[in-house]
Amino acid sequence: MKLLSLFVAVVAFAVTVNVIAQETVNPGGLATIRGASNIDETRPAEKLKRVIKDKNPIARNYVHQPPVVPHQTRGYRVDLNSNKCLSCHSWKHAAQTGATKISLTHFETRDGKTLSDVSPRRYFCSQCHVTQADAAPLVENTFEPVESLGNE
Amino acid sequence: MLKNLWTFLTSPSSAAMWFILAIGFAGGIIFWGGFNTALEVTNTEEFCIGCHEMQDNVYEEYRETIHYANRSGVRATCPDCHVPKKWTDKIVRKIAASKEVWGMLTGVIDTREEFVDHRRSMAEREWKRMKENDSLECRNCHNFEYMDFSEQGNRSVKMHSDALASGEKTCIDCHKGIAHELPDMKGVENW
Repeated sequence: MKLLSLFVAVVAFAVTVNVIAQETVNPGGLATIRGASNIDETRPAEKLKRVIKDKNPIARNYVHQPPVVPHQTRGYRVDLNSNKCLSCHSWKHAAQTGATKISLTHFETRDGKTLSDVSPRRYFCSQCHVTQADAAPLVENTFEPVESLGNE
Repeated sequence: MLKNLWTFLTSPSSAAMWFILAIGFAGGIIFWGGFNTALEVTNTEEFCIGCHEMQDNVYEEYRETIHYANRSGVRATCPDCHVPKKWTDKIVRKIAASKEVWGMLTGVIDTREEFVDHRRSMAEREWKRMKENDSLECRNCHNFEYMDFSEQGNRSVKMHSDALASGEKTCIDCHKGIAHELPDMKGVENW
């Protein structure tokens, strides 16, 4: 008798677990700005955006915004051995190449000391300066650029 | 035995003159054809990356660059940039390349670390070569006369119509490290 009740209890538990599991399994399919897809399938990747080939500097939208990059940077390496960005944008070469000079704030360490060359913490350009692509915003944005920075 | 052979080689032949000339002619074709075929074999990418030094280092780096894969499907392989097309220049380069064979045999570059150690001196040698021949291998495909500045970006137009057009600079002066990673560029002009 004792054995029988135990058996019934185990079966009842298993059935309940099964029912709960069935109710909580969600195949995904939520609509997000990346599109909808179920958990068990892989969405095809979005097409890569075309990077602006070469344009004039783009105005900043707010004070202290790192200016964005209005040209291609494919294959531009920034590493221990070389910094392709600085081969045009450094003070040494900017006059000859016609590129925008990097700001002198880039020579400062985090303690506010000014070094004689680019500070290591500002060496990796693409951490802040982003190459621009022709990509429409995915969500509505009502941000207004600052008028004082030459925006219309 | 040897003496007999010597006598045979030094005494006039009884064969007709046209026969001897024909043999010389045919032999010349075979020798010259064979020589050029062998030379062409050493001018293939497959031959270049036959050594692990090339396969594991420079070739792997080159595979990520625009000269390997690009929108129009044109590819420049190793000899397109590193071996001159003109025959005399090619022979000179091939003789100079015997140093690379020696390097392979003696195992100068057996590991990645050894390669990185030698990268600067090897890169400098190649920059110097291209500077001296006015970037000839670049110009085999990228002809200045055929450039359409209206199709180039602002930055390219400025540089090409100024420094390149006047002959003051040559391709390699600015376009370093386009097909392989760069060494430490400390002290290199324009870096």
